Amino acid sequence: MVAPAMPKSWYVPSKPHKFCPGCGHGITLKALGEAIDELDIQNKVVFGCDIGCSLLAWNFFACDSTQTHHGRTTPVMVGIKRARPELICVGYMGDGGGYSIGSQHLLNSAVRNEKITVILINNTNYGMTGGQMAPTTLPGQITETTPYGRDVEVTGYPTKGPEFIAEITPENAYVARATVSKYKQLKRFIKNALRNQEQGNGFSFVEVLSTCPTNWRTSAEQTWHFLEDKMEKYFPIGELKNPLGKGEK
Amino acid sequence: MQKVVGDPRKAFITGNEAVAWAALAAKAEIMFGYPITPQNEVMHYWTRLAPKYNRKFLQTEDELSAGFTTCGAIQAGKKAFTATAGPGNVLMQEPFGMAEAMRLPLLAVIQQRGGPSSGTVVYSQQEVTLTTFGGNGEGHRIVYSTSSHQEIFDYVIKGFNTAWKYRFPVFVLGDGYQAKMREPLEMYDPEDRGIEMVKPYALVGLDGRIGETREPQHLCNIYSLEEELYEVVLKIAGDYDAMTPEVVEYEEKECEDADIIVVSHGVVSRAADDAVKILRSQGIKAGYFRPITLRPFPQKQLREALAKSGAGKILIAESSYGQLERLTKQELYGETVPIKSLLMPGVGIVDSDIVNKVKSIM
Ligand SMILES: Cc1ncc(C[n+]2csc(CCOP(=O)(O)OP(=O)(O)O)c2C)c(N)n1
Ligand code: SF4
Ligand SMILES: [Mg+2]
Repeated sequence: MVAPAMPKSWYVPSKPHKFCPGCGHGITLKALGEAIDELDIQNKVVFGCDIGCSLLAWNFFACDSTQTHHGRTTPVMVGIKRARPELICVGYMGDGGGYSIGSQHLLNSAVRNEKITVILINNTNYGMTGGQMAPTTLPGQITETTPYGRDVEVTGYPTKGPEFIAEITPENAYVARATVSKYKQLKRFIKNALRNQEQGNGFSFVEVLSTCPTNWRTSAEQTWHFLEDKMEKYFPIGELKNPLGKGEK
Repeated sequence: MQKVVGDPRKAFITGNEAVAWAALAAKAEIMFGYPITPQNEVMHYWTRLAPKYNRKFLQTEDELSAGFTTCGAIQAGKKAFTATAGPGNVLMQEPFGMAEAMRLPLLAVIQQRGGPSSGTVVYSQQEVTLTTFGGNGEGHRIVYSTSSHQEIFDYVIKGFNTAWKYRFPVFVLGDGYQAKMREPLEMYDPEDRGIEMVKPYALVGLDGRIGETREPQHLCNIYSLEEELYEVVLKIAGDYDAMTPEVVEYEEKECEDADIIVVSHGVVSRAADDAVKILRSQGIKAGYFRPITLRPFPQKQLREALAKSGAGKILIAESSYGQLERLTKQELYGETVPIKSLLMPGVGIVDSDIVNKVKSIM
């Protein structure tokens, strides 16, 4: 059997990976792996993952990796970067980790323009704990803790992370929202976020609209429909800040 | 790295300032912190001194972040530390747990304030239980309780070495009085005293080409199976027990013939020391025992002091409502000597408090 081509920066002994079939985490990590390869930064990347399904990537890369508590990946990456500015620090987390329990870290790291890259998976729920409401759950969306649909009167509107981060960061920050349905663009955005850090510019943030068929309880077709017709309508795709070029809308 | 102190010199400074100087002398490279009284001046002095010695500082958004950035910097191979108190100590238990699980040589200075809740910003010994056993699960850590500015200076230096040698998080437990009071001490560069500082090393961001000259590092602190965690916890506990005889510290005076042994720690032990002298001068055979490491606790040494003295009583004196008492009772399980206590939560204890108490129970 011939194994499928894998990015050089993937750690082969940990493959096949442990994400559910149809999960967007795997697509995102493939884009990240290829971006690392193309920029030839494997030896200086420190990859940090949160608790959440991102944890399943703790040994995903043949890059030095570390793992911490739910929501705390951002400060761990900040600590590493502050200690060793020559390293490329990539924090990888979910929407619960980044926008809820760790929101103060995300916000303040963005304000301080910390020279790290954060990749945040927006799958509109808490995947690992079995599908509860996340800050990004869409209005009316059914989850385990919003069994009658998210009522925005009770729980507010979905967090729009990139819009919010773009507002509070200086111009040399990189801020984008990508989707796993547009792979080439996803990879380009991740690559830009890494380059922006490599050039020492500023905080570099990519939210990735991603799929969670397990907790959405969707078929392949329904999964794609929810991503493209619901999520991408609510959360606009594009680069909100790109100091490296014009920025893609 | 340039020398910090140069010729040993007498200083008359606050405890917080002593922490900053000691961390510099110990070659600490970066501090992360979040303001809280009575710890603030550790940061204030550090931020003034650090740039002159090419060291770094970051004020984080909260104590969670201060603790976790410290963990990150240590993984990156830097000698990093933090300082906090009270509610900040509560928040930092989370990153301290990460340090316990991943064996990160984190050093934290805790300047105890009153509690529960916001309590007072002044003084207490009420953070003993939290600082010695605060994490979730069963983490292992080393806690030094200092009683003077000289000790703050000495144990911050020693604490970095203990942390990096044995790879357990180390706590230097002071209090608001020690933090804010001025007191004379002698500062020095550790090398001039023959103290070799253990060199830090990195766990991530290593040299070499992955897949060619080295393997990638995959650090983790969560496990899939109960048995995996079981192995990890037993290994950590085993290492800790093996280390204990090398790090345990205590101070003992006048216990040979004592009828009563006063057990105290931190600044209260200074009152206890004076009280024992006063009692002796009045013909009461009192002895003094002070755990310097609250964890590991000098259990064996306290039992020996009891045995050789044949003391009929122990008095525990503390500025808290029974934290040292619980710790001591647990460590003395099986001994039959009656244990009395002088519990004064959140207020200072002076020699006469102890003298009167001893007389009332003799
Ligand atoms: C302090 C703390 N609270 C709660 C949890 C339990 N927990 C584990 S993963 C998770 C949610 C993960 O959701 P998200 O960050 O969106 O990541 P996903 O799994 O969806 O990728 C929670 C709440 C925890 N580990 N720590
Ligand atoms: S639970 Fe959802 S997010 Fe987690 S691995 Fe499965 S599909 Fe992916
Ligand atoms: Mg999620």
